[in-house]
Amino acid sequence: MSGKLYVARSTAIAARSLGDETMVMSATDSTLFTLNEVATAIWKAADGATPLQEIVANKICMEYDVAPEAALKDAEELVAKLAEHGLLLLSDQPIPRAKVVAA
Amino acid sequence: MPGVKAAKQRSDVVVEIGGLPIRLRSSDPDFISLVEERYTGYTSSSSEPHFDFDIELAPPDTESGDEELRVTWNSGRWLMERGDFRAEWNPSTARGRIEQTLNPYSLDSVLRIVHTLLLAKKGGFLVHASSAIRNGRAFLFAGVSGAGKTTMARLAPPDAALLTDEISYVTQQDAGYFAVGTPFFGELARVGENLRAPIACLYLLAKGPENKIEPIGGAEAVGALLGNILFFARDPNFVKLVFDAALDFVSHVPVRRLTFVPDARVWELIV
Repeated sequence: MSGKLYVARSTAIAARSLGDETMVMSATDSTLFTLNEVATAIWKAADGATPLQEIVANKICMEYDVAPEAALKDAEELVAKLAEHGLLLLSDQPIPRAKVVAA
Repeated sequence: MPGVKAAKQRSDVVVEIGGLPIRLRSSDPDFISLVEERYTGYTSSSSEPHFDFDIELAPPDTESGDEELRVTWNSGRWLMERGDFRAEWNPSTARGRIEQTLNPYSLDSVLRIVHTLLLAKKGGFLVHASSAIRNGRAFLFAGVSGAGKTTMARLAPPDAALLTDEISYVTQQDAGYFAVGTPFFGELARVGENLRAPIACLYLLAKGPENKIEPIGGAEAVGALLGNILFFARDPNFVKLVFDAALDFVSHVPVRRLTFVPDARVWELIV
C-alpha cells in the first residue's frame, strides 16, 4: 500500500483486555475476536490519527524482532479483517475522534 | 346451591423465576390452568408482580413454520416474533402483550427472552447449561445440544438438587454469582427445583474416554461462555452488556473443561 492508512477503533464494539490479549466483540453481528499481544498493540494504537505504517514502525518493529515489510503486510491483513466485521474503521484520511472508542 | 361450590375460574397466574414475579393474563381459564401446570413450583401468590402480560390466544392454524426468532427494540418497546408467537413488551410501563396459540412452549420462549433482557442489565444471563446444587454450592455444565447437559443431570446423585437440565439462570449479587432453579427443561422434561446457591464452577462439557477436569485460559473461557449464553437481541447496547457480563463472570467464577464418560462416577469429581 503506497498511501497512508488511518485506523480507528469503532464505537460499535465491546472490548476488554484479558492479560496480554484483548477480546473484542462486534456489537452489530456479535462476532468475537481474541487479539494476541501484537494485534493488541495495533488495536490500542488505532486512534484514527496515527497512520498504520507509523504504528507498525513504532509499536511493532521496535518491540518485536520482525522485518518492517512483513510486519506491515501482517498488520494490513489484520486491520482489513477487523474492518470487515466493523471493529475498525479504515481511511486514507485521519478519522475524527468522535468515531473512535477509547482503548 | 347448598353443598355445591362453584369453582372460581382464574384469569391470571403469577410465574416467579429468579425472584421476578410476572403476571400472565388470559380470558381463557383453561389456558391459565395449563400455564399453572406447566410452571408447577414457580407460580406465586405475589400480589405485586413486576410485569404484566396479556395473552391473546390465536387459532392453531395461524402458526407459521417460520422458526427464525426476531427480537428488536423499537420506540421504547421490545418486539419479539417467531412463527408461533408475536409479543411486545414495554419495560417502562411494565406491561406487555403476547399473541400465541394454545402451545405453552411459545410462552416459555417469551419468558426466556424477557428474563434474558432483564438479567443483562443486572450482569446476569441465561446459559445453555444444566446445573445442580451440591453441598450448598452450584455447579453448571455448559455445552451445545448433545454435549451431555441432560446426561449430567440424569447421572446426578441423590444429594444433588437439580436446578435445570437445559437452561441455567445466572444472577449477579454482591460481587458474587448465583445459580437459580428454572422451569426451563430439556430432554429430562422435568422442572428444576426452585432453589439458589453461589456458583462454585462452570464446566464446559466434552465426552471422552476418562473423567478429568482441566483448566482453560481466560480468553477461551469467555469465548466458550459467550457461545452458550442465550443471545436473542442484536441490539448493540444489549450485546455490550452480555459481553461485559461474560467477562466479569469468568473473572469471578472458575471455568474448567470437564471431559467425562457418561456414567455416575463423573459426579465423584463434582464436590
